Amino acid sequence: MTSIDLSEYDVPGRGRGLADVVRWRYLLTLLIRKGTATRYRNSVLGWTWSYVKPLVQFFIYFAVMGVIFGMDRGTDNYPLYLFAGFITVQFFNEAFGNATSSVVGNKALVKKIYLPRELFPIAATAGAFVHFLPQLAILLVVAFVYGWVPGILNVGAIVLGLLIIAIIAFGLGLLFAGINVRFRDIENFGEVIRQLATWASPVLYTWQLIEEHLGDVMLYVYMCNPITVAVELMHYGFWKPTVAEQSGGWEGFAPHFGEHVGIAILISLAFVVIGQLTFRRFERTFAQDV
Amino acid sequence: MSETLQQTSKKTPAIIVDRVTKRFMKRNTHSLKEGFVSWTKRKKVRADHFDALQDVSFQIGEGEAVAVLGFNGSGKSTTLKMVSGVMAPDAGRVFTKGRIAGLIEVGAGFHPELSGRENVYLNAAILGMKKHEIDARFDDIVAWSEIGDFIDQEVKHYSSGMFMRLAFSVAIHVDADVLLVDEVLSVGDAPFREKCNRKMKELTERGVTMLIVSHNMGTVQDLCSRGIVIHEHKVLFDGPIDEAVKVIRETPH
Repeated sequence: MTSIDLSEYDVPGRGRGLADVVRWRYLLTLLIRKGTATRYRNSVLGWTWSYVKPLVQFFIYFAVMGVIFGMDRGTDNYPLYLFAGFITVQFFNEAFGNATSSVVGNKALVKKIYLPRELFPIAATAGAFVHFLPQLAILLVVAFVYGWVPGILNVGAIVLGLLIIAIIAFGLGLLFAGINVRFRDIENFGEVIRQLATWASPVLYTWQLIEEHLGDVMLYVYMCNPITVAVELMHYGFWKPTVAEQSGGWEGFAPHFGEHVGIAILISLAFVVIGQLTFRRFERTFAQDV
Repeated sequence: MSETLQQTSKKTPAIIVDRVTKRFMKRNTHSLKEGFVSWTKRKKVRADHFDALQDVSFQIGEGEAVAVLGFNGSGKSTTLKMVSGVMAPDAGRVFTKGRIAGLIEVGAGFHPELSGRENVYLNAAILGMKKHEIDARFDDIVAWSEIGDFIDQEVKHYSSGMFMRLAFSVAIHVDADVLLVDEVLSVGDAPFREKCNRKMKELTERGVTMLIVSHNMGTVQDLCSRGIVIHEHKVLFDGPIDEAVKVIRETPH
C-alpha cells in the first residue's frame, strides 16, 4: 500500500470567500447581466418602470413634505435637495434588499452545485447599482435645470457617497443573506430597516432640524449613520452648487463631519468583515437549509 | 488527524472519501411559538439528528468509472453532494483532484427567460469555464444538442427534451477531470439515452473519472467497472460492478 500526498488535493466546497470572487469574475458579470436582462422581461414598458416608480414616489414626498408641510418654502431648490437624498436611500434599499434575498433566491443553484456563494450578494449589489443609473440620469437632468455646475470637490463627494452606500449595503446584505437562509425572520427585519432608512437620514428635512429639536448629542449620534453621511455628501455634490451659502441654502456640513465620514467608512468596512465571517459560518449548511 | 492516507485504489485516486459521516437535523418544532407549545405539553423541543451517511470511505482512481448503487434514501445523492462540495461532511474528510463537474445540476442554472445561447454561457461559467473556453466550445455544444436554430429562442419555449439535450450538452463539454452524474441518464427517450451513454463511454476512454448514481442497472453495468453499494447509510459492498448489482438485487428492501 502506498500513502497519498494530500497536498495535491483540493477539499471540495472549501472556498476562500470573497477572495475567490476574483477568479470567478466572468460568472459574476454574467450573473449581473442575467439580473438586469430578466428584470423587466414580459413587461411592455420595461425599463420605463425604473423611471416611473421613483418619480411617483418623489412626487408624493414632494407634495406632502414640500408643499403641505412647507419644506419647499424653507429650503432653496427643495426638489433637487429631496431627489438627491431620495435616490441615494433608494440605492441602499434596493442593494440591501436584493442582497438579503439573493442566496435564498438562487435556491436551485445553491442546492445542487458548488460555487462561491458570495457571488450572489455581490451580483445583487452590482445589479442594484445598474438599476440606480436611470435614477441618477433623472437627477442629473433635474440638477442641470437648476443650473448645476459641479467642481472637482462636488464630484468627489458624489463618488465617495455612492461608494459608502455600496459598501454598507453589500456588508449588511452579506450578513443578512447568510442568516436569512436559516432564519427567514431576518428578511422582515431587513424590511424594517429599509422602511426606516428614508426617515433616519436628512432626505425630507435638513440636519439643522435634528440639532434644533434633539440637541447636539443626538445630532452626533444621528450623523454616525453611514447612509446619513452618504446623503449629505450627495447634497454637497448635487445641491450645494445650485444654492447660495445662507439660511435656506447651504449652511455647511453638520459639526464634526470629517470625523463622521471616517466613522461611516469604518462602520461600512466593519460590516463587510462581520458579514463575511457570518456568511461563512452559515454557508456550511446552506444546501440543507435553503 | 493524520496528514497522510493509505491508497486503496489501484491508480492514484482522483476522489478520496475518508470516514465521512453526514448528519441531518430533524426538527421537532418550526417556530418559537411551536417550541413553546411543545414545551408546555412536555414534548420534545430540541432537534433530533439522524445520520445520512455513517463512516463511509472509498477512493476512486483516476480514469475509473464507478457506480454508486442503493435504494432511495440510502445516502447516494448525499455522497455525491459531498464530493461536489455542495455539502460539507460533519466528520471525516473528502478530497478531490482536478476539475470537478457535476451532471447533478443539469439545468439547475438555466433561466427560462434567457435564450439558449445566453443559458449556455451562463451555465458553462457556473461549471467553472472561462469565456474563451466557452467561445471555443460553443459550436460543439450546440451541434451535440441538435438544437439548431432554436438556440436564440428563450428556453421557456423549449420542449423538455430540447431542454435536457442542451443542459446535458453543456455539462459534458466542460473539460472536467472528474464527472459526477446523478440520475440524468434516466430521462429522455431511448435514442437520447443511447447518445448520452455513447458520449459517457467516450469520456471514460479519454480518461475522465466518473462517479455515477443510478437505479438503472443496465446502464451502470454498461458504463462502469466498479460498483459501491450504499445500504442504510453505510457501504455494504465495494467491488466489480456485476457483483455489486447482484448484491443490490439480493438485499431485502
